[in-house]
Amino acid sequence: MGIYSVYIISKAGGLIFSHDMSYPQGEGEVEYSRYPVQGLVLEEVDRNIMLKYGEVQNPEITGQPVIQVGYSLVSINGEPVVNKCLPDGRTALSVIDDPSSFPIKLKFKRLKASINERIMLMSMLHSIYAISVRLSPEEGSKGIQCLEAQHYNINCTQTRTGVKFIVVAGKSQPKVPELLRKIYELYSDYVLKNPFYSLDMPIKCELFTANLVKVLDSYERERGSIYSTTTANN
Amino acid sequence: MVAYNLYIFDRNCSCLFYRQWAKVKECGISPEEERKLLYGMVYSLKSLLSRLSPVSTRDGFIGYSTDKYKLHIYETPTGTKFILNTDHKAGDLQEMLQHIYTKIYVEYVIKNPHYKLGTTIDSQLFVKELDNYIQSKPFFTK
Repeated sequence: MGIYSVYIISKAGGLIFSHDMSYPQGEGEVEYSRYPVQGLVLEEVDRNIMLKYGEVQNPEITGQPVIQVGYSLVSINGEPVVNKCLPDGRTALSVIDDPSSFPIKLKFKRLKASINERIMLMSMLHSIYAISVRLSPEEGSKGIQCLEAQHYNINCTQTRTGVKFIVVAGKSQPKVPELLRKIYELYSDYVLKNPFYSLDMPIKCELFTANLVKVLDSYERERGSIYSTTTANN
Repeated sequence: MVAYNLYIFDRNCSCLFYRQWAKVKECGISPEEERKLLYGMVYSLKSLLSRLSPVSTRDGFIGYSTDKYKLHIYETPTGTKFILNTDHKAGDLQEMLQHIYTKIYVEYVIKNPHYKLGTTIDSQLFVKELDNYIQSKPFFTK
């Protein structure tokens, strides 16, 4: 994968725009014939039930867990779990704790970050950006440009007015700094010149999103990858 | 190229070791505060990267680069963190940090019978070996 998502943070640290090119993948099902469910620690996080500890390994391929920490419970015995409850009103955790509901089949999925979570993570990044300037061993550092994880990078750029553009991209994606400048260009053309847009407010400009998708597509194509685009409007 | 400094933290946020090779900008707070700030930043970055990861929820944090410097981090399975600051021209230094861990830290600190886990490292031999290793690298300058 090339480009995963784009975020824009206002100078106050608020998330004003987010767009996903693809969603995180990963789901798995596990069956327990007898009470209790062993080795899994579940925790309620926001409106979901998330796996806090314990992985379920794939018996065929070692080192590739079916269910990883961070996945959320999506269904029990084929019935969907919505808002931590089953369709009949029982809470999912009480069903798992009930010996009479066994054998039980639990399905977990990696969910995309909710808008609240994104706002929180981006304001975290905003403050970390400031700390990185403070901790610099050299004078006059401008802050984080590229955050490296094992499988992907987060690229940031800050404009003179303090707006931050963030692109989450795969390691093999070329020319990301150029892409960030291009997004800045689009932002000034389609957002700032929009008479109905007030500064530091969430960006809801169709024209901006449409042009952004076009630009992201062209950079993706440059990388020569085939992918299915899923446009998200939060 | 320049290697500025190296921090070693244990999993309880105590700074076990600090070594500086080049002149570093004063950041206006006490060294203790600075180390806490650094640890806190790295800790939050780690959780941020695993939450934002499009690939796996276990994505490791390698470091970040700015226009002036680059921070490299290597974390062992026991939670000991090696944090090295270099200038921005340095490449990927994961192997080097792993060498510092396996061949220097384990050999001269962990295998030292007088060393108690979780205490500050004051072994002269460790410092000497570390200095030798860093100075043997092409990017090292005084």
